[in-house]
Amino acid sequence: MLSRSAENLYWMSRYIERAENAARVLDVSYRMSLMPAAAPKESLYWQPAIEIGNDPAAFRARFGEAGQSNVLRFTVLDRSNPSSVYSCIRAARENARAERTRISSEMWEALNETWLAVADLDAARLDTWGLRAFFDWVKSRSHLFRGVTVGTALQDDAFHFIRIGTFIERADSTARILDVKYHVLLPSGEEAGGSVDYYQWGALLRSVSAFRAYRNVYRREIAPWRVAELLILHPAFPRSLAACLAGVDRTLGLLAPSGRLECVRLAGELYADLRYGKIDDIFRSGLHEFLEDFIGRNNRLAGQLQSDFMMSSVVE
Amino acid sequence: MLRGPAFDEMTDPAGGPRPAWAALQSWLDATPLDLLHRKHGEAEALFRRLGITFYLYGDGAAAERMIPFDVLPRILSAAEWSTIERGCIQRVRALNMFLHDIYHEQEILRAGRIPPDLVIGNRAYRPEMAGVDLPGKVYSHIAGIDIVRTGPDDFLVLEDNLRTPSGVSYMLENRETTMRLFPDLFAGMSVRPVGSYPDQLLQNLRAVAPPGRPDPAVVLLTPGRLNAAYFEHVFLAEQMGVELVEGRDLFVDGGRIFMRTTGGPEQIDVIYRRIDDDFLDPLAFDPESVLGVAGLLSVVRGGGVTLANAIGAGVADDKAIYSFVPEIVRFYLGEEPVLANVPSYLLRNPEDCRYVLEHLDELVVKEVHGSGGHGMLIGPKASRQEREAYRARILADPAAFMAQPTLALSTCPTLVEDGIAPRHVDLRPFVLSGEVTSLVPGAFTRVALPEGSLVVNSSQGGGTKDTWVLDA
Repeated sequence: MLSRSAENLYWMSRYIERAENAARVLDVSYRMSLMPAAAPKESLYWQPAIEIGNDPAAFRARFGEAGQSNVLRFTVLDRSNPSSVYSCIRAARENARAERTRISSEMWEALNETWLAVADLDAARLDTWGLRAFFDWVKSRSHLFRGVTVGTALQDDAFHFIRIGTFIERADSTARILDVKYHVLLPSGEEAGGSVDYYQWGALLRSVSAFRAYRNVYRREIAPWRVAELLILHPAFPRSLAACLAGVDRTLGLLAPSGRLECVRLAGELYADLRYGKIDDIFRSGLHEFLEDFIGRNNRLAGQLQSDFMMSSVVE
Repeated sequence: MLRGPAFDEMTDPAGGPRPAWAALQSWLDATPLDLLHRKHGEAEALFRRLGITFYLYGDGAAAERMIPFDVLPRILSAAEWSTIERGCIQRVRALNMFLHDIYHEQEILRAGRIPPDLVIGNRAYRPEMAGVDLPGKVYSHIAGIDIVRTGPDDFLVLEDNLRTPSGVSYMLENRETTMRLFPDLFAGMSVRPVGSYPDQLLQNLRAVAPPGRPDPAVVLLTPGRLNAAYFEHVFLAEQMGVELVEGRDLFVDGGRIFMRTTGGPEQIDVIYRRIDDDFLDPLAFDPESVLGVAGLLSVVRGGGVTLANAIGAGVADDKAIYSFVPEIVRFYLGEEPVLANVPSYLLRNPEDCRYVLEHLDELVVKEVHGSGGHGMLIGPKASRQEREAYRARILADPAAFMAQPTLALSTCPTLVEDGIAPRHVDLRPFVLSGEVTSLVPGAFTRVALPEGSLVVNSSQGGGTKDTWVLDA
């Protein structure tokens, strides 16, 4: 298929996934801020939503300390922030618009309807909508789009590039959420266990739809290292790094059966580390260092995908 | 013909419906107005949901708009269509022969039938194409012929569009929509189908591929998402099952054109391009263009790829050449034109110029190289100041202008806020040329929605209608 089409479809699914993840993170911040024992400082709940995002420095430069209204303005409504929910939905829809011949009409309609509902979104409209209702809506639109994709798209290369976009973006998001939340919730040096706030960890799990999965997998009280294990290594939890990279690895097997491309090697190598990794080892060498390294390698893999598939110009 | 009331396509002077419209009239009599308004709302929602939009430019930002759709179809009888069909085929065949001639032997110029400077000195004439042989000798594979009607048998050609005419997606989508909105009305009349257009187009494009390519690869080249007609490019690529590419997806290597794909480069044989000549190749034409493909012209000249429409086809749809088209038809085909031209004045002729300047308040004056209804003066509607300002422009460069009488364009019943009212329309059938020249029985009808308006261009408040050609 056309390289540019592959690129558009890949970014279409990355952007819709990014919108969903932003909604998840914001939903948790909002819920936490409503807790009876709310912290003395509003920023404690809203700052993480900025740290998880792609450009915390841009936020600081414009708004300074994080609070509900400026965080929502930046991460939901801001037209100039390319990672705001508004911008992500617009970008996903624009990419889809460029590839209307590649996607099913149901996919296009699902995305176009989503866009039309937010096209004139502003603070007042968001307020009328209701924050919880809005975040739920964003998530459900993403679920709908993914479902429609699986249910109607021809499962050819176009489909595989859409899937890879989802996996790459989701792995990046899960790693960022875990990295930021873990350090907010568990300052270095503190003993794990005693002082852990059940609600806070529960909220982290909920932000990645992992609360019930945690219960089913561990059947134990919530402990930070088990949360990390679930989100990093568990092969059956669909938002874990291991599951995402398994998806990338599997899909690349379909896109490049010869396996000679550099992206295939990078994906295989990264997946193997997760497939055979142990949580004890990860903690021994430092969770933060591990996640930082993962985010970097995942980004390099994304860059390699672009150069292997999306810029061909050599006539054989 | 020029003055007086406009020809009403549905209603005869006695107040009854003409035969082709009788079924629609009785259906309208039995249908409450609020149902029509509800259907209009449904159609708009449908278009919005499907994303049938175009871009309008102004004040720097491009706005995504929908062309208003009128739910009431325009109806043409079999006999009326037969005239239009014969006339369009005749005209396009002659124009393709003319284009081949002026890029080869130039017999028509040597015979003294057209002033050579109008052709050779024309901005749209491409000397680079001289002597280049094209498959099937076809230059304009897709032509849109703009036709206006002024009487029962008076169909006049207003303009030929031989470069990258658009609007055919509306012909096809409007049909889908009216069939969905009014299945009972549609079923009760014998309307000829238009759905084979994409297949016919693809078949023609494959037929003009460079020789020796048994399974030619066809692509549609678009300027991209911000182009006004982008929806149509997507639509046609989808309907034909061909790749929709942009200039940056293509590159030249060894006298051939390739497309960048995830599996490596793939050779392209035919490009249905929706980009103007000027932007096709930064090495040959506008060096600033980022829409084209560097080196494309040299591949065309070497026969490595076929462009539809060909580079340089625009010289034949220039408004100055327009007045010679009847002569072109006679010269190449030895036939009288089936469809007449709208009488026109070329201001390069001092006599015409003097007449036009004396009758500015009666005439429509246009730029010879203009399009899209921009930069024109509609004399009877213009204010005194507008006319005087335009007069100054004419005097500065008379040869850049042509003029036509203000035509009383025919009207069709149209749904407006407080009922059904006559509105002025034009007609653009699409003529396809490959091994043969043909057209599907249908067209893009544009309607000027504001009361009394004669401007049907979608960028200036025009809407569209479905066009029903009856079987008998």
